[in-house]
Amino acid sequence: MTHATVDVMRPPYPTERGLDVYNTKLGMWVFLASEVMFFTALIGSYIILRFGAPGEWARPGIVLNIPVTAINTFLLICSSVTMVKAYATVADGEGHFFRLRPGARLSERLDFGLKFWMLATIIIGATFVSIQVYEYLHLVHRGLLPSGVREGSELAELVANGTLPAATMGLFGSSFYTMTGFHGFHVTCGVISMAYLYFTKTLRGKYSQQDYRGIETIGLYWHFVDLVWIILFTIVYLI
Amino acid sequence: MSHVAASAAPAAFAFPATPRPRGLKSWVTTTDHKRIGLLYFWTAFCFFLLGGLEALVIRLQLAQPDGHLVSAATYNQLFTMHGTTMIFLALMPLSASFFNYIVPLQIGARDVAFPRLNAFSYWVFLLGGLFLNASWLVGPLFHAGSLSVAPDAGWFGYANLTERQFSPGPNIDFWVLGLQILGISSLAAGFNFIVTILNMRAPGMKMMRLPTFSWMTLVTQFLVITAFPVITVALVFLMFDRFFGAHFYVVQAGATPILWQHLFWLFGHPEVYILILPAMGIVSEVLPTFARKPLFGYTVVVYSGVLIGFMGWGVWSHHMFAVGLGPIGDSVFAATTMLIAVPTGVKIFNWIATLWGGAIRGTTALHFAVGFIAMFIIGGLSGVSHASPPADLQQTDTYYVVAHIHYVLFGGTVQGLFAGIYYWWPKMTGRLLDERLGKLHFWLTFIGMNLTFFPMHLIGLLGMPRRIYTYGPELGVGALNLTSTIGALLIGVSVLVFIGNLLRTRKRGAIAPNDPWGGATLEWSIPSPPPVYNFSVIPTVENRLPRWKTELHEPITDPPAVPPAPIHVPGGSWWPLVAALGLPVLALAPLTHTLWLAFLGAAILLFGVYRWAFEPFEM
Ligand code: HEM
Ligand SMILES: [Cu+2]
Repeated sequence: MTHATVDVMRPPYPTERGLDVYNTKLGMWVFLASEVMFFTALIGSYIILRFGAPGEWARPGIVLNIPVTAINTFLLICSSVTMVKAYATVADGEGHFFRLRPGARLSERLDFGLKFWMLATIIIGATFVSIQVYEYLHLVHRGLLPSGVREGSELAELVANGTLPAATMGLFGSSFYTMTGFHGFHVTCGVISMAYLYFTKTLRGKYSQQDYRGIETIGLYWHFVDLVWIILFTIVYLI
Repeated sequence: MSHVAASAAPAAFAFPATPRPRGLKSWVTTTDHKRIGLLYFWTAFCFFLLGGLEALVIRLQLAQPDGHLVSAATYNQLFTMHGTTMIFLALMPLSASFFNYIVPLQIGARDVAFPRLNAFSYWVFLLGGLFLNASWLVGPLFHAGSLSVAPDAGWFGYANLTERQFSPGPNIDFWVLGLQILGISSLAAGFNFIVTILNMRAPGMKMMRLPTFSWMTLVTQFLVITAFPVITVALVFLMFDRFFGAHFYVVQAGATPILWQHLFWLFGHPEVYILILPAMGIVSEVLPTFARKPLFGYTVVVYSGVLIGFMGWGVWSHHMFAVGLGPIGDSVFAATTMLIAVPTGVKIFNWIATLWGGAIRGTTALHFAVGFIAMFIIGGLSGVSHASPPADLQQTDTYYVVAHIHYVLFGGTVQGLFAGIYYWWPKMTGRLLDERLGKLHFWLTFIGMNLTFFPMHLIGLLGMPRRIYTYGPELGVGALNLTSTIGALLIGVSVLVFIGNLLRTRKRGAIAPNDPWGGATLEWSIPSPPPVYNFSVIPTVENRLPRWKTELHEPITDPPAVPPAPIHVPGGSWWPLVAALGLPVLALAPLTHTLWLAFLGAAILLFGVYRWAFEPFEM
């Protein structure tokens, strides 16, 4: 039996010299290195503020709605899976998931698979942001502001009766909204970029086993944003 | 889009085959790295003059005890804007001008990896610089009672001095917003140049064949993309504190008092290497060319540069010895600070050894390069002297530190950049700078800077603090300060000579051949200035000194004057500029407390990015 070698990710797309990685992918890696430093600085500052604070830290279990966010976290992790499926469909030709009709050609199945998984990722990503917006609205309603606790609110009562520490609620509000807000901004950017790729490239059949640069590059970004969330969720909500 | 035509019968074509695009539009929409390099140069040079003017006013104020040229408040604005301008608007972008112009030529590429992103970096830099400096003139708009509302809390803007409570006016708003805009420019350029250097090298240009300047650019850009996010976080915190009542730096609300200092210096020390490494790269190009000897220990120079990049992350608290970090913290940072002087010293020996026994030609570029070595040694030594916490407690916040930073930044970076200008100007403009005026420029600079900054060591040790708008006669530093002011005026004269040189040689300077100096690297194998496509044929490199004859290698043949095949050159684009315009508008929103400006700015930015994404733009 002879092995057919499939020329994966070879021209027609232009190969650059150098590292044998195309420019946008390398650019994304470099960008992510920079993002790592950004979130490290955010998280590091949170740790310093939290452990340097006089007295007790706000109790996240009381202020925040952990079950809802846990579900949201689960959703985001799922979106990483769907992203991988989108990538695997186009890169490795994993089309067996979709048997549209008996005898459908592989290329048809692949085409449908890519559209399906990308759309799924976009929808889950958008859901995550929506739930976060809901969470914010709810928190503001209960009285948590970036500047601290609103007078006369539900949380203000908890502060008054000693359930929550008065001294550090301001810092907690500032860092909570800043950290989760920057993450939400990243998810939003990801959703917009994926929607752009979906409408301009995927639907128009621009991706193939020879060229799936956009999917691979946005996939890197998306997994990074997921990973950061798992860390943020642990540090801000759970600990 | 334009195609550079070529024909089977090259003789029929005059070189260059296509006329260069002309007119304002061609500059505003340009994505050509060479043009962007020139834009960077002229813009940064204007900011350099502005920063220099601010310094001269500072020096005139301090020329005599009890000076009263400017008020204390104005003085605060002057030193803050002087430092901020020189670092972010003059020296970094002057280096960027060489990254842009020279790096693609050195690595044998037709452009950078992302040409439109490159244009975006430039426009963001320009707009950010204008935004920051607008604060000099817009006081009346904020009912400030003075013309100027320029930032006034020092280039390192310590929080909580910069909190709304202590700095209520718009001054710090300009600073905190302006620096964020400039950060975006630096980051975008950082991504671009890392990808360019790693990925766009000519065939055969292995990493260890990369010219030293390109290597140091690479290290610098890695520092940029890792250090700038840290200051961005620090600035974001401050912005939220000032505009949304957050509490990141509010000690009464339980915040750690030195959070800002840690974040700022965690960025700040890598930043000083961002400022010096490109100059070290330039010197490592200039010395071999004019000594006609390969750089001594190329590998060591490269690796020590990389090592400096890593170690630069582990020394930041030497700026905080006076904070009281405790004996362990102080000792650790003292040790790392002394250690980092080692790779720095190694480079100095490499440069001296390069000159040793060389066939030295005393061009202006070489003068500046040697001046760099000498002055940088002095700056490095004073640096090591405040690596020791007990000594530093005497020196910190005095003029001694001002002497240190100017020996490394002026004696080092600025002289290195001048060496680069005299070296590469012919490549960039097609005209040589005048060597006689150049030597005059060098000697005035050299004498001027030593007159200005050497006395500051003594002034500092005698106890004069920095950032004080005047001093009494009984301190006994009047004569030294006067000397320093005279030196500063001399530097001013030297810059005038340089400007004269630039203007004089624009039309009348000697026409530069492809290779006026006999350089070893690829940029000298093509015309001066290079055609739009740079290389008519992309060269293949076989060793580290492609244009020199070595024991093992013949020099490569230069690319033909006329491209043997059509070369595709991407056309210009409006969208980087449009997208960049969104940022200052966005920044105006918090500054003026106008919500609709935020939407407008975001809309402009998004529109620019949207059109950018949909624009056909092939490399
Ligand atoms: C031999 C290597 C060096 C050592 C050991 C060193 C050490 C130090 C130390 C300990 C300080 C803090 C002084 C104080 O505030 O009390 C300092 C300040 C400073 N250094 Fe260096 N330095 C070195 C090289 C450089 C270089 C290459 C640059 C820039 C090109 C530089 C720029 C600065 C600046 C700008 C400051 C002052 C920051 C400020 O307070 O405004 N240094 N240096
Ligand atoms: Cu330092």
